[in-house]
Amino acid sequence: MAKITLSDLRHSYLPNPSGPEDYALKEIDLDWEDGGAYALLGPSGCGKSTLLNIISGLLQPSEGRILFDGKDVTDLPPDQRNIAQVFQFPVIYDTMTVRDNLAFPLRNRGVAETRINERVSEIATMLEVEEMLDIRASHLTPDNKQKISMGRGLVRDDVNVVMFDEPLTVIDPHLKWKLRSKLKELHQRVRATMIYVTHDQTEALTFADQVVVMQDGEIVQIGTPVELFERPQHTFVGHFIGSPGMNILPAEQDQGIIRFHGEAVAIEGAVTGEGGKTELGVRPEFVTLAEAGIPARVRKVSDVGRHAVIETVVGDTPVRAVVDDADVEQGAEVHLAFRPDQTRLYRDGWISSEVSS
Amino acid sequence: MKKRSLIPILYIAFLLLPIYWLVAMSFKTTQEILGGFSLFPQTFTLENYRVIFTDPTWYWGYINSIIYVSLNTVISVAVALPAAYAFSRYRFLGDKQLFFWLLTNRMAPAAVFALPFFQLYSSVGLFDTHLAVALAHCLFNIPLAVWILEGFMGGVPKELDETAYVDGYSFPRFFLTIFLPTIKAGVGVAAFFCFMFSWVELLLAKTLTAVEAKPIAATMTKTASSAGYELGLLAAAGTLTIIPGAIVIYFVRNYIAKGFALGRV
Amino acid sequence: MKTENQRAWFFVLPVLLLVAFNALVPIMTVVNYSVQETFGNNVFFWQGLDWFEQILRSDRFHAALGRQFLFTFLILIIEIPLGIIVALAMPRKGMWVPVCLVTMALPMLIPWNVVGSMWNIFTLPNIGLLGYFMNDVLGVNYDMTQQPISAWITIVVMDVWHWTSLVVLLSYAGLVSIPDAYYQAAKIDGASPWKVFRYIQLPKMKTVLTIAVLLRFMDSFNIYTEPFVLTGGGPGNSTTLLSIDLVKIALGQFDLGPAAAMSLIYFAITLLVSWLFYTLMTKDDAQ
Repeated sequence: MAKITLSDLRHSYLPNPSGPEDYALKEIDLDWEDGGAYALLGPSGCGKSTLLNIISGLLQPSEGRILFDGKDVTDLPPDQRNIAQVFQFPVIYDTMTVRDNLAFPLRNRGVAETRINERVSEIATMLEVEEMLDIRASHLTPDNKQKISMGRGLVRDDVNVVMFDEPLTVIDPHLKWKLRSKLKELHQRVRATMIYVTHDQTEALTFADQVVVMQDGEIVQIGTPVELFERPQHTFVGHFIGSPGMNILPAEQDQGIIRFHGEAVAIEGAVTGEGGKTELGVRPEFVTLAEAGIPARVRKVSDVGRHAVIETVVGDTPVRAVVDDADVEQGAEVHLAFRPDQTRLYRDGWISSEVSS
Repeated sequence: MKKRSLIPILYIAFLLLPIYWLVAMSFKTTQEILGGFSLFPQTFTLENYRVIFTDPTWYWGYINSIIYVSLNTVISVAVALPAAYAFSRYRFLGDKQLFFWLLTNRMAPAAVFALPFFQLYSSVGLFDTHLAVALAHCLFNIPLAVWILEGFMGGVPKELDETAYVDGYSFPRFFLTIFLPTIKAGVGVAAFFCFMFSWVELLLAKTLTAVEAKPIAATMTKTASSAGYELGLLAAAGTLTIIPGAIVIYFVRNYIAKGFALGRV
Repeated sequence: MKTENQRAWFFVLPVLLLVAFNALVPIMTVVNYSVQETFGNNVFFWQGLDWFEQILRSDRFHAALGRQFLFTFLILIIEIPLGIIVALAMPRKGMWVPVCLVTMALPMLIPWNVVGSMWNIFTLPNIGLLGYFMNDVLGVNYDMTQQPISAWITIVVMDVWHWTSLVVLLSYAGLVSIPDAYYQAAKIDGASPWKVFRYIQLPKMKTVLTIAVLLRFMDSFNIYTEPFVLTGGGPGNSTTLLSIDLVKIALGQFDLGPAAAMSLIYFAITLLVSWLFYTLMTKDDAQ
């Protein structure tokens, strides 16, 4: 187990990259603490799988170094990095039994047979697959196959990091949460560093202590699920996390006063910087219907169980509110209030307001 | 260059050597051929090709071959399409047995069928017609076409059919305008294989023809035995038989790998 | 899942009729001949199973069958591994892939008698490229019209030349269908190249290899035209394979009864061995 340091990492799939748009990964500097449960979250094509393959050694980065506990492993092949990776589609060795599948990484490293048996039965107990050990792996269901490929990663006791590349893609929805909680449990037991790549925020937020959000080959924010939700560092995070995502509203900055459609809006604290494109960010959860405030018209009300989502328009800007009970009709004229301590200002996408202490 | 690319290179060289020799021979004069060994044609001549293109018994051999091969490809694919559809979509009485029986015909030695075929096609009055050869080649081409097409159709989700019916398509319209375009790679591959096996087969084609529909391959064997050592002419005729295959394979080059997997891998 | 539908028979009917016309009538003719004796003039006498007995006891048949099995055995033992090796070494992507595939498929598209003639021209002593090279450069005495061993080497090499590409293309199709993740997982698991082959590539190629072995068995066991054109079964009877012998008896000597009985035995052996191969190669899946 180890702390993983990525330093000045850049990667391009082109032989001679010229501009930043040629890079699948632009400038990554990041430390993964030993024993942490991380999620790497971002839309398809944001570079998260590239980053994963660079850590595992399947890809050589164009620039930058990878350190495991301070030791440079950039030029080491995957099998010498002591890492484990679980892929999107379960990779199992069809012709072998489950037992041989689990033992495979150990046998390849010449571990003694008694030790192998010990480890295999330990892992089998942990994954609850003891009764399947002597079945041919090709006969398993997809979720069990995926369990076995996880097991192959966990069976070595010297792994530095276990990486999951969207491992639940092919699993039936009703089994997803089961495997996910299994994973969480495994992390608590083996205390290995784990990196979980996904584009599904629920998976990321439930699994990880720390979530790394990526977009266009860049890391936009690292934080706990609560931090990502409450104070997104970038409008992309606000928009990507949460359902529905953060309201991102065009705003004007007028001598220290922030206006949205001409109405002054109170925000969390002092504004930093100036110029650029300014936007307001407020989560629908913190928008309420009020007696007075920003005038809006209700376009649609949808009941989603415990609460309702009200879609309104202010001028022609849509603003969503999540409320406990919606007693308004479609087409009604209402007023909106934003909770000041949860309203942020963004400048060119990045946060530009400070929390008042 | 990586060391392991040496293997395919050597292998391809091995494949091309005899072909090169055939082509080289076709440009040599008989004198040069019998006179001794020469790696390249010393006196380059097109005489052999001139003979073939001016003598009707030669060039009609090509035309005959192309006629019955095309005829066979069309018949085989046309009847195999609905059958493959039935095998890939429905269960019916005796389906597995029928499928297996079809495939066993691929195993029958052509030599076994030569004489009975001669009698059969003579008795129905088709002897020495293009149709006779085209029909006879159906024996091994139809099972193959059904097999290949079934593989490709099996890869098309059944939801496609159901959606079309819900949208009010009749079966023939669905089959022709939606289903066929979806599996056109499979049709191409099946047609390729039918063309190939019909084109290369000689024993049945020779047995079922005399004059009118005689294939080029038979013309060649006759030359080989009767005219003695007209090696240059033989080589030129042989070279010309490679061309149709080469053209056809060029058209399906992007489907070959998948086609050989018969859509099943 | 497939739905039960008896009307599907209408779809199969054209195929059934065409293949039955081609298969059943001739097979019945053969069966008919195999139990009768004729002295010409379309007069037939009931012969029972005598012909079968005679064929099964004849040394000539045993010898031809032995040669046939030897030939097929050599073909399979050379072509299958060679085909797999070439497929493994082939590039997976890039501009060379279609070039390789097209050139490799070329021998299969040449009419079988032309293949025979081509190899005849290629191996002629003193005139052919190979014949010249063996005799005049290497100084090996090589003449397939005289020496059975040369004739055997030639027909085997010719078939390897003709059909190994089928194994290559089938194996290649199997190989390209393996997702990258398998190779990546194997790298991470520290698997050696041999283990990658044994536990990933070979299992994934199994379906296509089964097809390859079956096709190569059937076609090499039924081979006629190429060796007939090349050696005519000689020198002596050394390369007289089953089909060649059969045609000699049927059309050469016009012994219809024995030829028909031999055809049926031949067909039965092909079916039996194909079935054996098929069962052996797919028995793991049946568990």
